[in-house]
Amino acid sequence: MKQIVSSSFSRRSFIKTSALAGGGMLIGFNLFQACKPEATPPVDVSQLNFNDFNAFIKIADNGMVTIFSPNPEIGQGVKTSMPMLIAEELDVAWDNVHVVQGALDTKNFTRQVAGGSQSLRFGWEPLRQTGATARQMLINAAAAKWGVDPSTCTTDNGVITNTNGDKLGYGEVVKQAATLPVPENVTLKDPKDFNIIGKDIQNVDIDNIITGKPLFGLDYKEEGMMYAVVLRPPSFGKTLKDFDASGAKAISGVQDVIKFGDKIAVLANNTWTAMKGKKALTANWESDAKLESTEGHDKILTDLLNGKEFNTMRADGDVKKAFAEADQVIERTYDSPFLPHNCMEPMNFFADVTADKVRLVGPIQTPAGTARRVAELLERDPEQVSVEMTRMGGGFGRRLYGDFALEAAEISKLAQKPVKVVYSREDDMSAGIYRPAIKYRISASVKDGKITGYHLKEASINSNMYGLIPNFFPAGAVDNYQVDVANYQSKITTGAWRAPYTNFLSFAEQSFFDEIAEILEVDRIQLRLDLLQNVKGTTDDRIQYSPERLENVIKVAVDKSGWGKAQEGVYQGFSAYYCHNTHVAEVADVVLENDVPVVKKVTCVVDCGIVVNPLGAKNQIEGGVLDGIGHAMYGDFSFTDGAPDAKNFNAYRLIRMNETPVVETHFIENDIAPTGLGEPALPPAGAAVANAIKAAKGIRLYKQPFVKHMNVKAPLG
Amino acid sequence: MPVYNLKINGKSHSVEADQDTPLLWVLRDHLNMVGTKFGCGIGQCGACTVHVDGSATRSCLLQVSNVEEMEITTIEGISEDGSHPVQQAWKEVDVPQCGYCQAGQIMSATAFLNENKNPSKSEIRDAMSGNICRCASYNRIERAVEQAASKMS
Repeated sequence: MKQIVSSSFSRRSFIKTSALAGGGMLIGFNLFQACKPEATPPVDVSQLNFNDFNAFIKIADNGMVTIFSPNPEIGQGVKTSMPMLIAEELDVAWDNVHVVQGALDTKNFTRQVAGGSQSLRFGWEPLRQTGATARQMLINAAAAKWGVDPSTCTTDNGVITNTNGDKLGYGEVVKQAATLPVPENVTLKDPKDFNIIGKDIQNVDIDNIITGKPLFGLDYKEEGMMYAVVLRPPSFGKTLKDFDASGAKAISGVQDVIKFGDKIAVLANNTWTAMKGKKALTANWESDAKLESTEGHDKILTDLLNGKEFNTMRADGDVKKAFAEADQVIERTYDSPFLPHNCMEPMNFFADVTADKVRLVGPIQTPAGTARRVAELLERDPEQVSVEMTRMGGGFGRRLYGDFALEAAEISKLAQKPVKVVYSREDDMSAGIYRPAIKYRISASVKDGKITGYHLKEASINSNMYGLIPNFFPAGAVDNYQVDVANYQSKITTGAWRAPYTNFLSFAEQSFFDEIAEILEVDRIQLRLDLLQNVKGTTDDRIQYSPERLENVIKVAVDKSGWGKAQEGVYQGFSAYYCHNTHVAEVADVVLENDVPVVKKVTCVVDCGIVVNPLGAKNQIEGGVLDGIGHAMYGDFSFTDGAPDAKNFNAYRLIRMNETPVVETHFIENDIAPTGLGEPALPPAGAAVANAIKAAKGIRLYKQPFVKHMNVKAPLG
Repeated sequence: MPVYNLKINGKSHSVEADQDTPLLWVLRDHLNMVGTKFGCGIGQCGACTVHVDGSATRSCLLQVSNVEEMEITTIEGISEDGSHPVQQAWKEVDVPQCGYCQAGQIMSATAFLNENKNPSKSEIRDAMSGNICRCASYNRIERAVEQAASKMS
């Protein structure tokens, strides 16, 4: 059965077709406009031309399909999965589809955002409609040729068939199709008829990756380009007093030394010479205020939690009354450090600032915002600024911030040359936009064995949780519920880090419920399921999660992990969480080796709606779980006098292969529109492991990283 | 500036560079072979792994003046077209996420499997632990090495 989809916005607003001189048909559409939830037509549709589109489908007269996508790829697989949506509804064989990263149009990149976990969610309907529109035009062209009603024609793998059994390949009708009007209403497939969605499709860049082709920002180079390595203030809170460049300038190959703001750039013909030049600089720094340290932050955040100055983000019922009337109040505090992103590809960016143009090339998740900021910085017309995105060697949130692109633009302007700014690992770890250190204090009131009140307080550096988060579980499940937040304004720069806030909040909350179950001597799974019963049928439309879907992943995780039936010597920990529109439950299996807890396996059950590309989706889940475990276990990042104590991997520990458990992933099968996967598997992992360590060792963990607080030598796999 | 004669992927290259320039930057900046990646510069992450006389070596710590006369192999040189069994296993398992560390991972795996034709799971896990994958695609790297081992033995 097929369904007619009437869309809230006109496809004409973002699709236009044209015949190609060399044969074939080109369909242009504005990918980012199409994928915005509130997509609106441009001001004057009749004025649109192909420069207004940033994505194209080319159907050649041999039937081969090329999808030109400007999608930036940070590793979450959208460069593969988003074209899959188009190809599905176009009804072509995936083997005949070629995905190309298109060059970007200067004028129209304003809607490009690589929001990993949201891309598929927003693209789900518009991208399929784009494919379906193209398919309908090909059918219409074939039907006109045959003189039959288009509704009597069907398609299969790029071939159109009519009721007489006549067949025409897409390539045979592209010329005519390109001249036809864009249809207003198109039919989308019933999910049971999907041929591509739901199949394992390999990463479209796989051949280039395994052969070492230039794909990444750091690989980008142009004739005459200089490499720039930058000396930045060594501490947050310090400014440049004076410096001596003579040592750097004495190095053969150093072309220039340029001061900009509190930073000094060394320019050379190659990266190594620029790095040596930077080391040869001598600079004096000053500060007019006391420099910040982790010890100081610890006290500040504790004082905030103990204080009275909070913003209340959500309050249901009367928490104070519930606590006053309780038989028992349980209160725990959880503690997390700053974290650097440590993308494997250090930050870098290319800029060529000339009199009439500003060209920027590199790995960036937010080209539009970055172009705007560069235009402001250089006092240029935004129309003159173009950004071309390369593949990104990881993002994790760090590449949302274009600070490195601004540096490149400023240096290029001053040097009057094309330059590429390259960060060393030390630069990358020291000039971070870190996950902020956060403390959570959670209190619950218990009356007659039931949880009657839940009060969460957040004390964080610089900013607080997003507005949606207080509406996640257990909002709606406890009658008296309150979320209060406070922050301290620090000079240390902070920002989004994979699954912002929930990456640690989930650990706090799911550890807390586990401990409550122990204190109340009730089953830890049943406690969660009972709370979810209270949310079913809620009329509160602020509640973000589905109690039914969360209940279901919990039950499936119990079944798939063999919960409660683990063999002797295997200790299990449970965790379930909703964030980024996806419901996840995880069970960690821990064993003791020489009395040290070792995570052997994690069973992960995910409800993300329809799984577009199971092969890529599982990769995201495996990576998310291991990343969550790695940072919960080892991620330790502290500051002394405004400077990070760790600056490279000899002092900062990331999870390695011999420390990784097997991740077993199960997806819930349903026909619900897909949601993102880049982030939601990470948050529950820390609590699943902590709860398993409690079962194994009797140690309840409240602070990350675990290795620091477990009283055992570092666990190894 | 001194000139060095290097043997890379079976071809001779003569390079003018400072004697202390790491092989990594000679490959990337001087010879335009950018498959070998920069990750940490201190031999901790493995992104820059190449083979020197057949052994997996961190090219960020190896000065160009010390590698003359040695056989250097990079990701561009282990096969013409990505057909090496290790590359093929990486493809079949669909290992990469961001993909940045994978050249180094493949070079470590290739050198390891040349030495150990029939590795155990724990030998693979230990051998590959010098290479960091920030996306944590470790489960798949492990599987790809196992798969490559069975093809190569």
